[in-house]
Amino acid sequence: MSEQLHEMHDHRDVAPGDEEEIRVGPRLLGYVVGLGLAILLTATSFFVAGTDLVWQPSIPVALVVLAIAQMGVHLVFFLHITTGADNTNNVLALGFGLLIVFLVIGGSLWIMDHLNHNMMPMDQLMQMQR
Amino acid sequence: MTDATLAFAGDDPHQLRGMQQSVTHDGPAPKRIVTGYGFWIFLLSDIVMFSCFFASYAVLLGQTAGGPSGAQLFDLKSVAAETACLLLSSFTCGLASIAADMRSARWFQTAMAATCVLGLAFLALEGREFAGLVSHGAGPTRSAFLSAFFALVGCHGMHVSAGILWLLTMMAQVFAKGFRADIMRRLLCFALFWHALDIIWVALFSVVYLLGSAA
Repeated sequence: MSEQLHEMHDHRDVAPGDEEEIRVGPRLLGYVVGLGLAILLTATSFFVAGTDLVWQPSIPVALVVLAIAQMGVHLVFFLHITTGADNTNNVLALGFGLLIVFLVIGGSLWIMDHLNHNMMPMDQLMQMQR
Repeated sequence: MTDATLAFAGDDPHQLRGMQQSVTHDGPAPKRIVTGYGFWIFLLSDIVMFSCFFASYAVLLGQTAGGPSGAQLFDLKSVAAETACLLLSSFTCGLASIAADMRSARWFQTAMAATCVLGLAFLALEGREFAGLVSHGAGPTRSAFLSAFFALVGCHGMHVSAGILWLLTMMAQVFAKGFRADIMRRLLCFALFWHALDIIWVALFSVVYLLGSAA
């Protein structure tokens, strides 16, 4: 334990997943808080998806926002990716990963939507092939 | 090299007058940080791969070929149970990390066993769901939508299966070898992997199941 403690505090970087906090109590509390927030956000998601109480067109937006919030909670409380100076490398890698994710998903949806718009309906296409 | 130059160099050869204190290097980062960082890069590339499956699912969402859509197929109660299993397993995995840092083998094995049971429960629920879909004629061959659905959710399920194999390996390694430095690095990577699976599941149940049944 002391060797690892030394390793963690002697240098300016922290491995992803490692915490600066080494006392058990606060670490335990961190996981409990993370679990509580995650349960709250999950329960809200499931409630919003099946309810008539909110304006219906807002439901998809609300679900996406809740999902992103919960992923943030997981990153901070479970993976210990923080904005601290010792975490810069980890955050930069995460940022690059997210850029690619958004390019892949956003780009695919954008292009395929345009293709669908511009494509002839399937039955006409079949007629032409006869 | 003469004694004179050595003496000079040892003094202050570049007239830094103490400035070198601020530019000294610590040398290479400790192995734990290098390993953890490398595994973090792998996880991010894994997430990029999942984003491709998500993209294909989103593109093929409407291509049901006259077959059933998500709203007719999904059972949200089962999904909620799966979510609870995976979320709790993430929590117990965190407890296992703490126990490993405390060098408490008993608590570590207990927490890992709980993680394993919750992961297996998740897989059982998902297997039941898949079997139900296939038996109702909504297998992966029914439509492009269902192909994309099974590819996406099945890929996550395979990751969970691999994670459980890894988990059992780690339990055995800690049992046989104790909390050695190299074992601790593997545990760090395993914890990262397991938590990342939970993050992907959050995207999955929100986008596939909840948006699918709301729409």
